[in-house]
Amino acid sequence: MAAQHDRDEHPEHSHLSDTDLRVRALESLLTDKGLVDSEALNAIIDTYENKVGPRNGARVVARAWVDPEYKQWLLRDGTAAIDSLGYASTQGADMVVLENTADVHNMTVCTLCSCYPWPVLGLPPAWYKSFPYRSRAVKDPRGVLKEFGQDISDDVEVRVWDSTSEIRYLVLPERPAGTDGLDEKALVDLVTRNSMIGTDRLKGGQD
Amino acid sequence: MDGIHDMGGMDGFGPIPIEQNEPVFHAPWEGRMWAMNAALGALGKWNIDGARHALERMNPALYLNSSYYLRWLYRTEDILVEHEMVSREEIETPPEQRQVEKQAEPLHHDEIVSRAHAAKSARVDADVAARFKAGETVRARNIHPAGHTRLPRYVRSRTGMVDKDYGVFVFPDTRAVFDGDKPQHLYSVCFTARELWGDDASARDKVYLDIWDDYLELG
Repeated sequence: MAAQHDRDEHPEHSHLSDTDLRVRALESLLTDKGLVDSEALNAIIDTYENKVGPRNGARVVARAWVDPEYKQWLLRDGTAAIDSLGYASTQGADMVVLENTADVHNMTVCTLCSCYPWPVLGLPPAWYKSFPYRSRAVKDPRGVLKEFGQDISDDVEVRVWDSTSEIRYLVLPERPAGTDGLDEKALVDLVTRNSMIGTDRLKGGQD
Repeated sequence: MDGIHDMGGMDGFGPIPIEQNEPVFHAPWEGRMWAMNAALGALGKWNIDGARHALERMNPALYLNSSYYLRWLYRTEDILVEHEMVSREEIETPPEQRQVEKQAEPLHHDEIVSRAHAAKSARVDADVAARFKAGETVRARNIHPAGHTRLPRYVRSRTGMVDKDYGVFVFPDTRAVFDGDKPQHLYSVCFTARELWGDDASARDKVYLDIWDDYLELG
């Protein structure tokens, strides 16, 4: 492909303005050609900066914690159960939910690119798309989890899910101990994004 | 293709770059780039498999030296040129020095969203027989296609067990180049960590991959 022109070694942190200008020039060219509309771009950015994010996934998780029937549905047919809360869109058409238990810890990765369940988690964090995570999650998941502060006991089975197809995975974290008195709304606040990727385990109470 | 993107199992990239309170985009251009990609994708000149393949074909040194959204910029430029929607010269000419003619009416946001929604599932309603069933021992084939594929190197020639049949899905290898959807069954296949990484790996741990019929043979 024609990628051999003036493009060598351009990590954008050292050439931020070059990259910025190049992106602006491309948008301007595409706008002039009638291929993109800047207002539409603004709306797309607004959706993923302000409307879609891990709060959606947290609501799914909290519902599963308080409603055993919903939880069974979620584990049996993640797509339909998530759709029922209104979180269906692109990059999450076929959802599979993985339940963490005292014996099994699930963790998700995309070694080939950066597949991620947008409708429930929004756009992925930089670490999820990083070379260190993509390369090591499948080979040394326990070492990776340690970097996230999670020491997984040898008794626990770690299952890593490499998102090689259009199936998207969401981890259902264990409900933390000491949260029996909390209602669904309060539980939503306890659920972290990383716990739904599988690189975090939730601690009890409000700590 | 056996490209740099196929990173599962590589060493040497250092610690995970964990960032607290991370913004969705680290600079405004990242958001513009991402949104342009979504808007252009909705035009339907390529599909998600083709777009992934365009990233995979990047020069490996450039791939490693570019941040995520910078790779998207290069990928988008390349794919636009390949589809003759813009020329390389137009990309390299400063905006104030070029003159281009409007060639289309851009899609509005609602239309982009509805098209993305309509194309969202790769599941196909087709009556295709499954070659394998849950519980069966299978081996990932030792294949090295020159084009797009979603069978990572680290799993090829390895033996695992079909955990679940997900149903019938389009086949990315052919779809990437509009060479047919080749609908076939997609399975969740479970491999032990030891099968993939040897006896130093945990005896307990497992890796699950989504694998299409064409990538598998009886184990």
